[in-house]
Amino acid sequence: MLILFLVSAVLKPYVCAKNYQVFFLETLKILKATFMSTFLLSKIEVGSHLYINFSENLHLHGETIIVSSLVVIALSLFLTFATSNLERIPSNLQSAIEVIYELVKSIAVTQMGPSYYSQFLPFVATIFLFVLGSNLSGALIPWKLLEIPSGELAAPTNDINTTACLAILTSITYFFAGLKIKGIGYFKRYIKPAIFFLPLNIVEDFTKPLSLNFRLFGNVVADELTVTVICSLVPLFIPLPIMMLGLFASSLQALIFATLAAAYIGEVIE
Amino acid sequence: MVDSIISAASVIAAAIAVGFAGLGPGIGQGNAAGQAVEGIARQPEAEGKIRGTLLLSLAFMESLTIYGLVVALSVLFANPFVS
Repeated sequence: MLILFLVSAVLKPYVCAKNYQVFFLETLKILKATFMSTFLLSKIEVGSHLYINFSENLHLHGETIIVSSLVVIALSLFLTFATSNLERIPSNLQSAIEVIYELVKSIAVTQMGPSYYSQFLPFVATIFLFVLGSNLSGALIPWKLLEIPSGELAAPTNDINTTACLAILTSITYFFAGLKIKGIGYFKRYIKPAIFFLPLNIVEDFTKPLSLNFRLFGNVVADELTVTVICSLVPLFIPLPIMMLGLFASSLQALIFATLAAAYIGEVIE
Repeated sequence: MVDSIISAASVIAAAIAVGFAGLGPGIGQGNAAGQAVEGIARQPEAEGKIRGTLLLSLAFMESLTIYGLVVALSVLFANPFVS
């Protein structure tokens, strides 16, 4: 009753005036305002981070730390529960974890060969699971419903510091892998085709982590930006396929990051 | 005055960066997808393997566009030349 009354009260002036065009336009305006305020939870602006200050020069990005520690806790719980009682006939959870293990193992075996892969499988699996977990957490969980004092919660890989950290870890790992398996002969790699390839090979050591870093960061940010822009144009239904595409692309990015990390290690130790 | 010139130049630079970064990978991705379709038509039993490789290489090419996008975003939102 109340709703009917309200609707008739709103409609009355336009229906009485029989000015249907104005009525239509005004309805559109009201609808737009209602939906915008209800469904459009994000605006496009240059945001700020939730800074945790330690000293003058040392700031931590609070929202990245919160979400990435949540991701780590969720992953640890999932892995612990899934592997706690292994059975010959697997339960649902165990089947899921077996699929993930087979995937990561196939990546490691194809890139590093069957004799060395087992040493670096944990690293590749960790990278894969962390990147997958953080990308999916950004795409699936509606963080924008949670208010924090400044900035907003999002995928941890949305912050270039997270991806830079992962890329540098990869870099350190392949350096360490080469030194461990080949000893001092590892440095022969730098003059491999001929001596004048030395500068190129040294530059490559810097461009590898840089490209890993920008690839992951750019993909995650591009997904979120596309969804935000389309949401601000049409807030309902139209962004859904783009969101599905983003979900697919962000899981693919985890696969690519793990594949490239494994490939860099494999290239060094072969 | 100088700031407004820099802003205008930055917007144009961002457009050029994204546009040209999209050009090359677009051609490359079309090429790769075409070759993959040809391969599937010739050998339908290898479809799974071809699809996996194709998706991986498409994502690699996509990342080149993303580099352009990163440059454009940094020029637009975190411009080092505007004080």
